[in-house]
Amino acid sequence: VSSNVTVDRLQFTLTVTFHYLFPILTMGLGLFIAWLKTVSYLGREDRRFPLLRKTPAERAVHECSARFWMKIFAVTFAFGVVTGIPLEFQFGTNWARFSTFAGGVIGQTLALEGVFAFFLESAFLGIFLAGVKRVGPRVHWLSALAVFAGSWLSGFFIIATNAWMQHPVGYERSGDKVHLRSFGDLLTNEWLGWQYLHNMGGAAITGAFVLAAMGAFYLLTGRHTRFAKTSLSIGVVAALVLCLLQIFPTGDGQAKNVADHQPSTFAAMEGIFESEKAAPLVIIGNPNTETRKLESTIAFPDVLSFLTYKRWNAKVRGLNTIPERDWPSSVPLVYYSYRIMVGLGTILLLIAGLSVFLLWRRKLFESRKMLWALMLSFPFTYIANIAGWTVAEAGRQPWTVFGLQRTADAATPASSVPAGTAIFTLLGFAGLYLLLGILYLMLIVRIVNRGPDEEPAEVPTDGPEPTATAPAAT
Amino acid sequence: MATAWFILLAAMVTTYVVLDGFDLGAGALHFLIGRDEREREALTETYGPVWNGNEVWLIASGGVLFMAFPTAYSSAFSGLYFGLILVLWLLIGRGLALELRHQLDNQMWRSACDVIFWLSSATLAFVLGVALGNVVRGVPLRADGFFHLPLFNLLNWYALLVGVVGLVVLCAHGANFLALRARGEPAARARRWARRLWWVEAALFVGMIGPTYAVRDEMLTNLSDHPWRILFPLLAVTGLVALLVYQRRAQPGRAFIGSSAFIVGLLTTMAAGIYPNVLPAHDDRPFSLTVDNAAAGDHALRVALYWWPVGIALTVGYFVYAYRLFFRERASP
Repeated sequence: VSSNVTVDRLQFTLTVTFHYLFPILTMGLGLFIAWLKTVSYLGREDRRFPLLRKTPAERAVHECSARFWMKIFAVTFAFGVVTGIPLEFQFGTNWARFSTFAGGVIGQTLALEGVFAFFLESAFLGIFLAGVKRVGPRVHWLSALAVFAGSWLSGFFIIATNAWMQHPVGYERSGDKVHLRSFGDLLTNEWLGWQYLHNMGGAAITGAFVLAAMGAFYLLTGRHTRFAKTSLSIGVVAALVLCLLQIFPTGDGQAKNVADHQPSTFAAMEGIFESEKAAPLVIIGNPNTETRKLESTIAFPDVLSFLTYKRWNAKVRGLNTIPERDWPSSVPLVYYSYRIMVGLGTILLLIAGLSVFLLWRRKLFESRKMLWALMLSFPFTYIANIAGWTVAEAGRQPWTVFGLQRTADAATPASSVPAGTAIFTLLGFAGLYLLLGILYLMLIVRIVNRGPDEEPAEVPTDGPEPTATAPAAT
Repeated sequence: MATAWFILLAAMVTTYVVLDGFDLGAGALHFLIGRDEREREALTETYGPVWNGNEVWLIASGGVLFMAFPTAYSSAFSGLYFGLILVLWLLIGRGLALELRHQLDNQMWRSACDVIFWLSSATLAFVLGVALGNVVRGVPLRADGFFHLPLFNLLNWYALLVGVVGLVVLCAHGANFLALRARGEPAARARRWARRLWWVEAALFVGMIGPTYAVRDEMLTNLSDHPWRILFPLLAVTGLVALLVYQRRAQPGRAFIGSSAFIVGLLTTMAAGIYPNVLPAHDDRPFSLTVDNAAAGDHALRVALYWWPVGIALTVGYFVYAYRLFFRERASP
């Protein structure tokens, strides 16, 4: 570990991976909290939203679920905020030449995130946590929606930044910098749409499985059963829908983006060393970069060509068409990460599908085996999310900005931040984050042990009949 | 246009210091004003719901600096590497200590959180001053636009002086805030501290003029070239006087406004003195990063001038709503 670029990469990998564990959950839970609050607020019998209508008892469970999940959200959010700040700072500290080069473009999206998303999220989380008694039911509901919007908006600007690094658009080069040429192109990058939906889908799947796992845990231990059944039902149904959407259309769209714009990454993901027509879909196989072959393969002939280009005999570009210096620095890393993501996604889809089937047959709540499986499956959603990001980031190598700036040219010059300095701070981050991880788990276990409030939370009411929404009442 | 962004950026940083300044300062005085666990709990409740939003001004300012002056961003952050990473670790410790303090009902846990919160708040107030001092003094920029300033070189005498000023001014700001928002015995203690610190503040303010002139004579020559800029130091003096007057009249709300005006005056004076540099080089090296050579492209700056006011208007809306919500009811009973 003598090169400062290597240490800078390790430090960013550590800090960004550790950080992202928290937003996965806050973005996922944000969606479900917004849903629970919406049912609890708009689902009253006297309101005109028949699809959301619930009995007072059901709404009370939704309300108390929303508050329980918000406790977990709040702790996770605090960890997400404090571990997120180092990422923005590291663009300057460890990736100074990248920031100088690309700041004229991605400064937009990062500043937009600060100004539009962070303020929204932090202000309304404070308002939500102040409680329904202080702010009234309507503001409480709206602040749940605002927290959800803030977290998903924040995700959007980050993905917009990453999408530009994967597929630069809307820029013009002048000397050793790029300048923004079109703001519209930056935000309508064709890479952005699928990557955003695929990424948020991944976070929402984690949210759904966490809901289901918590429900399963309480059912298995025989506590908080009304809450458990609500969380479990919402969780498994959402998990099934989201897992399906994750494969088609968002995963499919994202794979096409990679095939169209990053042939080197695509070839590494699929382990294709030689271009071939009617390429097979390899289920199992080990890429050998020495012999440049996939070994011990089990494959479906022609399927990859069809999935990618919708033609059975389409030609898929192999790594042989790309100079070796432009290959991803580690082809096996990209290959295996991709397989971990897809493999886990498939297993999670099966678990969700089976659970929904049992729910429909009214057997899920008694099926201890299924509940155990659900309870233990949620960590794998995190692994799938991180594996997916590994494909995106390791697959983009050796570029930091694809086709424009190599990672070796992106790091801060060693004359400003030598490798030893970066090793020191890397170790500091590693130690600090180890402590933070232990602390986080401890606090979450404590919240789970206490469980949701047993008393049915008082269902928020606006007092008498809400006149604005009920013109028919006259 | 780059000048417009210099002004907007200075405004955002100033907003950050005024807002987060009071919870940093209150944190630095945590043990002096809150004598037991219950009092300290009550103190954290005064800024508990708003501190995180205040800190977002720092992050958003960082984002805007990156957007408008990417070269200065990368140069300053890599050159001040250790200082910046230290700030990150302090921000992590402080944020978690404050947010997680009430999560466990355990005396030792709360004491540990209190100590971390107090130490990190005081150190941050000091380090932010040191960073500002180094910027005013100038950094050893090279021709490639980068520099390297080892940790102990950051701690030169001028930067240390500004660090002390930062600590004292924010402590006073925090004391004035607590004098306004706390209740009972701690509020009285905060009022006493606010009065005591006023004299230190005033002495440092006067004492800083000479050294600042010594490290950067543009600080004063800029004023004589553009006489209207005398408004900035004048604002600081007015704030300082108002602070004293309203402290004497026991009107803590107006005193807090005076303290805020003093901070605004100080920072705008500094910004006006640095301009047109964003990151000046010291020893009269010719490699200063200025609003011209550090700015992003024209289109980027122009587009951002459209979305920035919208975002800030929304933000001011949330802040006014949140502050009225949290601060109205505690004042009424």
